Amino acid sequence: MKLRQKKILTAYLFLLVPLTFFAFIRFYPMVSAFYISFTDWNIISPVKNFVGFSNYVKIFQDQVFRVSLLNTLKYVLYGVPSVIILSLSLALLLNNITKFQGFYRLVYVMPYITPLVATSWVWRWMYQKPPTGVINNFLNFLGLPARSFLMSTTEALPSIVATTVWIEVGYCVIIFLAGLQSIPKEYLEAAKVDGANRRQLLFRITIPLLNPVIVFLSVMEMIMFLRIFTQVYNMSDQGSGGPLNSTKPLVLYIYQKAFKSFDMGTATAATVILFLIILAITVIQLKVLNRKVQY
Amino acid sequence: MTRSERINKVISYFVLTGLIIVMTFPFFWMVLSSLKPFREIYRPYLFPKNPTLDNYKQILSSSLFPRWFLNSVLVALSTTFSVLFFDSLVGYTIAKYRFPGRNIIFIFILSTLMIPTEMLIIPWYIMSSRLGWIDSYWGIMFPGMITAFGIFLMRQFMETIPDDLLDAARIDGVSEFGIFYRIALPLVKPALASLAILNFIGNWNAFLWPLIVSSKPRMYTLPVGLAYFSSENMMHWELIMTGATISTIPLIIVFFIFQKQIIRGIMLSGLKG
Repeated sequence: MKLRQKKILTAYLFLLVPLTFFAFIRFYPMVSAFYISFTDWNIISPVKNFVGFSNYVKIFQDQVFRVSLLNTLKYVLYGVPSVIILSLSLALLLNNITKFQGFYRLVYVMPYITPLVATSWVWRWMYQKPPTGVINNFLNFLGLPARSFLMSTTEALPSIVATTVWIEVGYCVIIFLAGLQSIPKEYLEAAKVDGANRRQLLFRITIPLLNPVIVFLSVMEMIMFLRIFTQVYNMSDQGSGGPLNSTKPLVLYIYQKAFKSFDMGTATAATVILFLIILAITVIQLKVLNRKVQY
Repeated sequence: MTRSERINKVISYFVLTGLIIVMTFPFFWMVLSSLKPFREIYRPYLFPKNPTLDNYKQILSSSLFPRWFLNSVLVALSTTFSVLFFDSLVGYTIAKYRFPGRNIIFIFILSTLMIPTEMLIIPWYIMSSRLGWIDSYWGIMFPGMITAFGIFLMRQFMETIPDDLLDAARIDGVSEFGIFYRIALPLVKPALASLAILNFIGNWNAFLWPLIVSSKPRMYTLPVGLAYFSSENMMHWELIMTGATISTIPLIIVFFIFQKQIIRGIMLSGLKG
């Protein structure tokens, strides 16, 4: 009995600092973000007036907010399928080979661990106009016309997506490969004995069995693209999300509202919107993953 | 092996090798550009005609890069040590002690994973400016001192430790903290290594929060410093690429030394779902 009490006390003692941390650094700021989003607070004035939902009304009337919300959706829409399809194909190829598998995997994951700021500037340098931009030089070499990439309102966002895909592919390849290698060999052998061809093996056996991994990675990538910031900040002129707001995502809008215009009320309202979107995706993911799948 | 399987294999090697060029070219281009003198940087050839280390000398002697480098090392190391200690302590406590509220506490900690950092930065900023944490190391570090994901991970590994082992130590008179520190921790070393390395990389690369919490250039971390330096020297791509190389090289070294732990860490992060 004494030992039991001592253990309970020890447990609470061990948890004291971490729980205080989670309460003050995670939980309290979250509650406070909700609260600020209902006030008209700008960091300078000492008064916070409760203004109800007017910040939310205000941001949805704000043209720039609507553009950045739309841009964020574009990042997700262009980025997630590209990352998933590319990395799944690569993982399938890697699963075919026996030698050097580890080496290829290692090379592919290098962009993922490189500092995003460095990556962004290297790609910005590669996206320059000819004759300095190495990608345009390569296009010229192939006899293709030069592109304006980051300087154009239509090409800048896809260019940033391309860089991000280059970064994220390695991470997804590792997870896909682990998923592929956990599929029991007997399933594939049995299907082969039954006369299934390669395509049937892929679409009837491998991909359905990989479904949970595909859902998981799609959600991870969706959340990553929804929160895109560093690449855009570093690849657009003066971190503006330009040209003409064409690359500005939600988080950059939040950053500018909060730390350039000091309009904390509207900025936090925008963060709440981001939170709700991510929450919705996570809940849907849990629903999908918990559904019994029949093969 | 059948003929079609062999062809398949050859094609796989072919495509995978071709992609290596795509994946590594930006790194080569970064380093090659950093070795070019200014008068060559806008020339379209790949290799510098007169390779030079002058850009490195210039950056290391007349910019804040050395200081930023130091800041980054300090911040990344301190947060990593804190995360290792606290995450494994909490993971161990939740896995190995029976006490009222255990499940609720665990769920509470895990539920904080749902909150995106972007929602917290404004309250963090307000908190930091009230408490005088702006432009301090603590200000940069405090949000990452303990992580819910690490706790989740460590709890899973701590659960695999047999209770008998811990009880035997208890009978031998080892203190409760001693059991955690000297018996449990060494048994989960591989998990600790992966957690450490992923945390170090994450903190080394962090951008949004360090950008907000530091206003004086002397307190920038490498990524924030690089972003600032680059936008100040827009014409000097050779210097920008030098800065990018300097902030990337340590990670590439860490990466090759700890590749096993990194790959395992990434796989473990897939557990989260």
